[in-house]
Amino acid sequence: MLKPNAKTVLEVKNLQTYFGTDAGILKAVDGVSFSLHENETLGLVGESGSGKSVTNLSIMRLVQSPPGKIVGGQILFEGKDILKLPESELRNIRGNKVSMIFQDPMTSLNPFLRISTQMVETIRLHEKNISKQDALQRSIDMLKQVGIPAAEKRVFCYPHQFSGGMRQRVMIAMALSCKAEVLIADEPTTALDVTIQAQILELIQKLSLNMGTAVILITHDLGVVAGMCDRVCVMYAGRIVEQALTDDLFSSPAHPYTEGLIASVPHMDPASKAKRLFSIEGQPPNVIDLPPCCPFHPRCHKCMEICKHAYPPFKHLNEEHSVSCWLYATEAQKQQAAEEAKA
Amino acid sequence: MSEQKKEPLLQVKGLKQYFPISTGFFNKKTSFIRAVDDISFEVFPGETLGIVGESGCGKSTTVRSIAQLYKPTAGEVIFEGKDLCKSTEQEMLMARKNMQMIFQDPYASLDSRMTIRSIIAEPLIIYNKRHMLEKSLSNDEIEQRVENLMERVGLNRLFKNRYPHEFSGGQRQRIGIARALALQPKIILADEPVSALDVSIQAQILNLLSDLQKEFGLTYVFIAHDLAVIQHISTRVAVMYLGKLMEIADALELYANPLHPYTEALLSAAPIPDPKIERKRQRIILSGDVPSPDHVQPGCYFYDRCPKKFPYCKTHIPSFIHINEKHKVACWLYDKTVHVTE
Repeated sequence: MLKPNAKTVLEVKNLQTYFGTDAGILKAVDGVSFSLHENETLGLVGESGSGKSVTNLSIMRLVQSPPGKIVGGQILFEGKDILKLPESELRNIRGNKVSMIFQDPMTSLNPFLRISTQMVETIRLHEKNISKQDALQRSIDMLKQVGIPAAEKRVFCYPHQFSGGMRQRVMIAMALSCKAEVLIADEPTTALDVTIQAQILELIQKLSLNMGTAVILITHDLGVVAGMCDRVCVMYAGRIVEQALTDDLFSSPAHPYTEGLIASVPHMDPASKAKRLFSIEGQPPNVIDLPPCCPFHPRCHKCMEICKHAYPPFKHLNEEHSVSCWLYATEAQKQQAAEEAKA
Repeated sequence: MSEQKKEPLLQVKGLKQYFPISTGFFNKKTSFIRAVDDISFEVFPGETLGIVGESGCGKSTTVRSIAQLYKPTAGEVIFEGKDLCKSTEQEMLMARKNMQMIFQDPYASLDSRMTIRSIIAEPLIIYNKRHMLEKSLSNDEIEQRVENLMERVGLNRLFKNRYPHEFSGGQRQRIGIARALALQPKIILADEPVSALDVSIQAQILNLLSDLQKEFGLTYVFIAHDLAVIQHISTRVAVMYLGKLMEIADALELYANPLHPYTEALLSAAPIPDPKIERKRQRIILSGDVPSPDHVQPGCYFYDRCPKKFPYCKTHIPSFIHINEKHKVACWLYDKTVHVTE
């Protein structure tokens, strides 16, 4: 659980990642700011195309360039701006202090190499003084920690000899083998079945607690968020529209999008069965050449005139809860924005 | 719905679908993947039968075998009094008019070189040519029907000359639904129709499907791996594991009172989007993975992962035990003649 005054491990400030396409500039991430505290699990939720994954690829500086480019912002880790580090120093952070697990465990492991080779390589890259034997022993210990039976033998297997859930365990073992301070899990359970998902989520929760790792969990499943995260950022069209503690977000969602998202998930209780699901009409917007407006306004059931002309400012509802919606803006802000839009 | 005694619209009896595994130079058939292994159930008119299970449990194969996209290895699929497994091609054509499918992947299930109009009109044109529709249609009438269908599923009729790549996932799924509705079928087999969609779009499609059901009196066989979706849409639910049916019951009954240990585990593993409930919940975490369906087991197929197993289960395959009229379960725990301590 979150302690007050916890140390900030990672801070993202006004991150902007754009992709140049033939149709125009695609603003995949446009001004995202959040901070990650020690021992905390932060959820990033949103629909596909909302910029969740690109945000995290930007943190690791893994966005392919071209076409992608991080055009602005800061990512502060241990007081240093990751975006300004030279490649050599970046290697020290990437995979070592900040690790990542991807959605599809099959494509993120090398099918030609034994698990042992891949794990030993990772460990030896980041710790120059460790012998091959010790690195192998550490790999086996890690595999045991993530619950792989007969780890001494299984470490010499190839990725295809593992099932999907087992592969994801191997990925977690690899990601944590260097005692990472931050673990970025990009939809770690989307490709898995519910019973396996429950196993993997419990594992991530247990390990992050034991090792004191802060986790950024990207998902589109609100159920997963409810069980795992301390704080949640809701993303829409490349921006964070709402940020709050998990309990707050579910009990009093402020942004109409968050509200709609929570209401549109079917619940497993008999009372909700007969009712129609609440549905957000329309489609997510195309983020190429988006005019200056609230990107959610065409689908919003509380849309006002101002929403069509200016992007809403961030408003703090309380210390941990902030929302970007004109519903909560002051009259002065609205007037100013309206005048600017006219001009 | 199914309270009154009704004749089932679709009856599946002892359906088996085995796929041979061949190895070696001469492709010798060494063993079989038992994708669907001896399952039986009924679907009544106007209801929605939900099928849940993990990947590889044979949900999709079941509906594909029902639609005769695979020739079943054994068993009967009785639709409107005819066994489809023994039907001739002509009879199959007639049956398919009343039995349509919606597929999971809205990107793969539409021909990218056909316009929306030709995709939706294709079934109409085929059946029109063979004079198998109630009355034959002129080209204008077909055009009219396509436009009405598009409008009904929430697509702008002006889009009919566009190609599938111009649409988003949710819209493509609507196109797939319009195509399935074109022949005014009685039953729709929906194979994970909302799994590939985002939550907000998923809600739109689920609402559309239940509206269509009310409007046209459709019957659905609805597959999903998301338990909340199944609970929302189904009248009855069947739980599958490794090609076998584990439990079948009314939706409300199954969720309130799951009997099979696998159903219990499945329900407890499904995340609930409410932090207060979710954090307090005691999960039954199953150990291990789903075993491969290629070897025959002498006992219950869930034995390896079952938290409530006892020695008898290992050597005896449980048959369906009727708890009451609407609730059947395949588990030795509920057979009074078998002693747990044995």
